[in-house]
Amino acid sequence: MNEIASFIIAKYNYWIYIVLMMIGLYAMIVKNNLVKKIIGMNIFQTAIILFYVSIGTKRGATIPIIYHGHGDGSHAVHATDYINPLPHVLMLTAIVVSVATLGVALAIALKVYRRYNTLEEDEIFTQIRRK
Amino acid sequence: MKKLGLIIVLICGSLMLYGTIDFPDWADPSSPASTHLSPYFIETAMHDTAVPNIVTAVLADYRGYDTMFETTVIFAAGLACFFLLRRFQRRAPDVNLFRHMPTGITLRIKKGGKVPVDSSEFERIDSIWVPYDLIIKTTCRLLIPFILLFALYVIAHGHHSPGGGFQGGVILGAGIILYAISHNLRAAKARIKERFDAYMCSAGVFIYVGTGVLCLLMGANFLDYSALAPLLGTDPIMARSHGILIVEIGVGIAVMAVMICLYYNLSSAGRQDEGL
Amino acid sequence: MIWQLDIIILSFVVICGIAAITVRDLLGAAILFGAYSFMMCLLWAEMGAVDVAFTEASVGAGVSTVLFVAAVFRTSRRSKD
Repeated sequence: MNEIASFIIAKYNYWIYIVLMMIGLYAMIVKNNLVKKIIGMNIFQTAIILFYVSIGTKRGATIPIIYHGHGDGSHAVHATDYINPLPHVLMLTAIVVSVATLGVALAIALKVYRRYNTLEEDEIFTQIRRK
Repeated sequence: MKKLGLIIVLICGSLMLYGTIDFPDWADPSSPASTHLSPYFIETAMHDTAVPNIVTAVLADYRGYDTMFETTVIFAAGLACFFLLRRFQRRAPDVNLFRHMPTGITLRIKKGGKVPVDSSEFERIDSIWVPYDLIIKTTCRLLIPFILLFALYVIAHGHHSPGGGFQGGVILGAGIILYAISHNLRAAKARIKERFDAYMCSAGVFIYVGTGVLCLLMGANFLDYSALAPLLGTDPIMARSHGILIVEIGVGIAVMAVMICLYYNLSSAGRQDEGL
Repeated sequence: MIWQLDIIILSFVVICGIAAITVRDLLGAAILFGAYSFMMCLLWAEMGAVDVAFTEASVGAGVSTVLFVAAVFRTSRRSKD
């Protein structure tokens, strides 16, 4: 019983990240509206970023800014006291790139709307087939 | 389609859930990710670069190439949005709307009618009628300088606290976007013109790449800021710290300009005459 | 890392994510996506990733919501599903 409880506590975060990722994937596959698909894409992206950031967490550690005062540049820094900064660096740039891809995706959606006057996928398909 | 999508999602999800069994425990200090490379960064970042915020040090110094190309990706996204949406042929609107400021009356002037001069007495408003919102305008006018000042603080203080070029640049852009929403797009374009915005876009990337090339000319590797020490008049370690600041300023300028470019083009569907 | 806070914020994130893709009004979906981003930002701040949380607060909850609202304003607000 105790083993199962510790197993759940160790892993439940990952399960919720996967649930989020699947919500995004479901929206990208099933939803008919282009803006909904873009929202799904963003949810998928943030779920992956969340997974990466959670890899870096450490129990009993603090944020990755080194404690320092004036004049004591040489006191020892232990790696176990600070959260792993590497996933943060990778994901920080990924977030800003995600807003750039969002801008391009919305621009394409606007362009589609300008041409077909609708955002629904099935209506766009019927208009293409009629031509 | 709905059923097929649900089946795909369920299969994918269950496979991934099965995969989590082999993961290290959440927040485990001895997980593989926290034991190989990151202890080096944590223990030597302060000694190498004199930057207490390890994220900033790794972002702009150890992984400088990565950040340089991320900035280029953002620049490319701004360009892509411009080329996809921007339309230059001017369409004369059927009806021009003007507001007489002292009385609040809206004038509706048909094509060919006499248009009043845009002055303190008459104000041109968008074709979708907007109410006169003195409170919003005044509050935003008071707030925006502080937002921009905070953005500069975030860029400059990124060495010692959370922050840096990306965040500061986005906040700078958000200040201008707030101005464009609270007034109108024409007022914002009078402050930051489209051409100026495009120049800032490229200037940000140029500052980043130029710093790297300058290091190359000083006889070190690309983006090795310690070579800038004679130019900056400091020792090599402080030169790396200052080099990070220069690069962050470049990133901030590029990100700000791209955010403004995206907003201008998306909110007006490329015509850039009437915004949100 | 306070696990009670962690569970509360994670459940809010999931609720906001499901609501953002099910609501039929696209403007509502955009605002719910902003709420989702803000909850995500809280989660990262709680995990100790302060830089990432700061970026998400300015980018996800700020600018991308504005971009969504701008795009919905220039297209149509209705959605069939």
